[in-house]
Amino acid sequence: MSSTESTDNGSVEQDRALNLKLRIWRQDGPHAEGSFLDVDADQIPTDASFLEMLDMVNERLIEDDIEPITFPHDCREGICGTCGVMINGQAHGPERATATCQLHMRKFRDGDQIVIEPWRAAAFPVLKDLMVDRRAFDRIIEAGGYISAPTGTPQDANEIPVPKEVADTAMDAAACIGCGACVAACPNSAAQLFTSAKLAHLNVLPQGQPERWRRTEAMVETMEDYFGSCTNHGECHEACPKEISLDFIAFMNRDYIKSKSKNRSLASQ
Amino acid sequence: MLDARIPDGPIAEKWDNHKFSVKLVNPANKRKFDIIVVGTGLAGASAAASLAELGYNVKAFTFHDSPRRAHSIAAQGGINAAKNYRNDGDSVYRLFYDTVKGGDYRSREANVYRLAQVSVDIIDQCAAQGVPFAREYGGLLANRSFGGAQVSRTFYARGQTGQQLLLGAYQALAAQVRAGKVTLYNRSDMLDVVIKDGHACGIVTRDLLTGEVHAHSAHAVVLATGGYGNVYYLSTNAMACNVTAAWRAHRKGALFANPCYTQIHPTCIPVSDEFQSKLTLMSESLRNDGRIWVPRQLDDARSAADIPESERYYYLEEKYPSFGNLVPRDVASRNAKTVVDEGRGVGPLKNGVYLDFAAAIARDGVEAVRERYGNLFDMYERITGEDPYSLPMRIYPATHYTMGGLWVDYNLMTTVPGLYCLGEANFSDHGANRLGASALMQGLADGYFVLPYTIGDHLAPKLGDAPVPTTDPVFAEALAEVDRRTRSWTQVKGTRSVEHYHRELGKIVWEYCGMARNKTGLEKALSEIPALREEFRKNVKVLGSPDGVNQQLEKVNRVDDFMEFAELKVRDALHRAESCGGHFREESQTPEGEALRDDENFSYVAAWEWRGPDADPVLHKEHLNFENVQLTQRSYK
Ligand SMILES: Cc1cc2nc3c(=O)[nH]c(=O)nc-3n(C[C@H](O)[C@H](O)[C@H](O)COP(=O)(O)OP(=O)(O)OC[C@H]3O[C@@H](n4cnc5c(N)ncnc54)[C@H](O)[C@@H]3O)c2cc1C
Ligand code: FES
Repeated sequence: MSSTESTDNGSVEQDRALNLKLRIWRQDGPHAEGSFLDVDADQIPTDASFLEMLDMVNERLIEDDIEPITFPHDCREGICGTCGVMINGQAHGPERATATCQLHMRKFRDGDQIVIEPWRAAAFPVLKDLMVDRRAFDRIIEAGGYISAPTGTPQDANEIPVPKEVADTAMDAAACIGCGACVAACPNSAAQLFTSAKLAHLNVLPQGQPERWRRTEAMVETMEDYFGSCTNHGECHEACPKEISLDFIAFMNRDYIKSKSKNRSLASQ
Repeated sequence: MLDARIPDGPIAEKWDNHKFSVKLVNPANKRKFDIIVVGTGLAGASAAASLAELGYNVKAFTFHDSPRRAHSIAAQGGINAAKNYRNDGDSVYRLFYDTVKGGDYRSREANVYRLAQVSVDIIDQCAAQGVPFAREYGGLLANRSFGGAQVSRTFYARGQTGQQLLLGAYQALAAQVRAGKVTLYNRSDMLDVVIKDGHACGIVTRDLLTGEVHAHSAHAVVLATGGYGNVYYLSTNAMACNVTAAWRAHRKGALFANPCYTQIHPTCIPVSDEFQSKLTLMSESLRNDGRIWVPRQLDDARSAADIPESERYYYLEEKYPSFGNLVPRDVASRNAKTVVDEGRGVGPLKNGVYLDFAAAIARDGVEAVRERYGNLFDMYERITGEDPYSLPMRIYPATHYTMGGLWVDYNLMTTVPGLYCLGEANFSDHGANRLGASALMQGLADGYFVLPYTIGDHLAPKLGDAPVPTTDPVFAEALAEVDRRTRSWTQVKGTRSVEHYHRELGKIVWEYCGMARNKTGLEKALSEIPALREEFRKNVKVLGSPDGVNQQLEKVNRVDDFMEFAELKVRDALHRAESCGGHFREESQTPEGEALRDDENFSYVAAWEWRGPDADPVLHKEHLNFENVQLTQRSYK
């Protein structure tokens, strides 16, 4: 692409716009049948984000009296975890470590066909078009994804030193944005990456120790109530916009096995 | 008539005295009270969790699918607290002083002092929840200096402080949901506050999945619904941020304070085209090493590399030799506007200034710069397609935070008894300008440490009273009105989209009530906004059904409220004929072009009363008394 300062206006325009063929999933509600809508998206500037491209398509649909496409989004900065669609079969599309809202159209070429679908997983029913229900994630957190520290009770923060390495590992895990791409990318619709990220964040910290085993058992078992089982494909990590490590899944598996005996012995005390 | 109910006594003792004198609800009786909390961002989630831990029955509402999505998640830089862990001379008093001064002497001393006091408890609370704050090798908490502060009092979790604090509060909330003390209503849009006999008794919500409207009653209603920055259409806020909850409360009697106060953040990526949907903040920390400049020559078409050093105008370094590129946000923003308006803007649309790392790279090496700012540089490249290691970044100011909000007293109660307001949605602590890393602090102070104490004062006398039943006519009326209003939009059948009108409104507000304001422009806006509103109401096109998911319909109610709110904002800006903080009136500047306050005439909070759609709002003043801080003119020369 030519540098913006040095080209004159006419050629900038040509350089910077794409004509695309979109196939977008439309579905009225969780129980409705869905189908693809084919639309041409012409003159899409390469500087636009993927969601701005959808905005433009929607504006054109509205002009034609067609109900615009429902798609989830909010922060558009890759942090809230609201956005997320399958783009040509890839969760969040072709760019590594990038949520849908941070993907820009310069990653596509003129004439491309782009198939856009919602996350597909039994635990994430489609609510409308590209929007799904991810409340099962909240259930996993409610099961134990917290440290009980009622407001006003804690001691001075520096009284619990946390080695820098431990704090860094906790932060690596805690960076998860809860978008659900891991589940969408997994052939089994498993939620191991999401669950293990929260579990590892809390279980490695000294503050997380008192509830460690109870938390582990409760979160893992709640996860299993909603999601499929992990067969170590690693697709979740490939799709993750925050590059959450597969090591956390191994960590969770170890903690889960231990939790069974630890919780029994705690209960008998 | 506006009584802030500030406790008596020396400033350092007010909060302790007050905590002792507010009425208490005894532990066994707390379960007899229902509290509604609208909003589950930092302020709302922390309040809902803390109230539930105390034993109250809490109903929490958010239009998001999960509390974890609230806009607080996007805060990057950090959270202030007067811990003085660095032993560099910080103290509660210094944080208080800096905040009052930074707010350009337009905030209430007693509230700010309390904020500084509880700031230390926030860090303890969050660390105990497992918030992975940055640590030193010895395991103790790390700090940095932020936004030009002279002490290192900012705590942070990489570049994701807001995310980690919000997840901490969300998890505390989730524990209470599990315990059955909080009922969480997600995807529920609050569209009205219900009042009976002058007291807030409930809300009306619309279920965003089914379109059904519901009534909820309680002994008290708490709004923690965030700021109104999206009145500008383009801002660094998330797309769904809006003024609706506060505005609906305003229409029901809550005074709206200082709506003209808005913070424009200097380092954001400039607009690239009409299709642009939001603006992205580049962390303020970049100004520590980046040098800001524009070409000296007007309309210079050369690329940055072709402009020799002598023809570069480092305007902040030249004008403010002692602070240079680190002048406060409002000063940096205004100066960027000035040079761009003069015709020195850079980039394809000539709407930015350079933030150049060449000197830092030459001095410290690429690796050192990558270490410090790698994430930010990657983000910049992802968005603009330009490599900031070889080309200077282009930046421009963008709307970022709103200091105005619902007027609240010392207890955080609005002028409607039983209706409280927390976080960015209230006006309370930042005066006319907010310091970096202080919004997270305020949201969590309100939610964890202030409201849980002060709400008892309102509730205790109501012991034994049942909440107003939702069968009461006040609820029936409110439900019918919300349903009517929402459905009516699909009947307009106009020709332009909701987005179109929002964008048009944003242009007017940005042009005339943005970084610099003057009487002529504001008067122009006061005639253009009602005209646009009228056209919008007659000509907006909302397709689809009101009885299910309909994102256009969600948005049209919000834009409609922005259309009314924008007028109040402009009116407030027009009446405040002084410059202060983020409010720069061109008529009121020093000979050097800096903001000039008029303490004699404007040392008050402007709180506006709604008198109906066809009447002018009425101004009420809360005079600000400064007993502990000496008013001075800010100078960064
Ligand atoms: C990009 C960015 C970076 C920032 N960085 C920093 C920083 O480094 N340090 C700092 O201190 N501050 C920072 N801020 C400011 C700070 O993040 C916000 O001021 C603060 O998080 C606001 O919190 P809140 O709880 O008041 O509101 P929000 O987090 O906005 O939450 C609002 C809540 O209300 C709900 N809601 C709103 N209206 C309704 C309705 N009608 N019905 C139902 N629910 C409703 C929403 O669903 C949401 O749950 C930053 C802001 C931005 C934009
Ligand atoms: S919209 Fe928030 S992560 Fe994409």
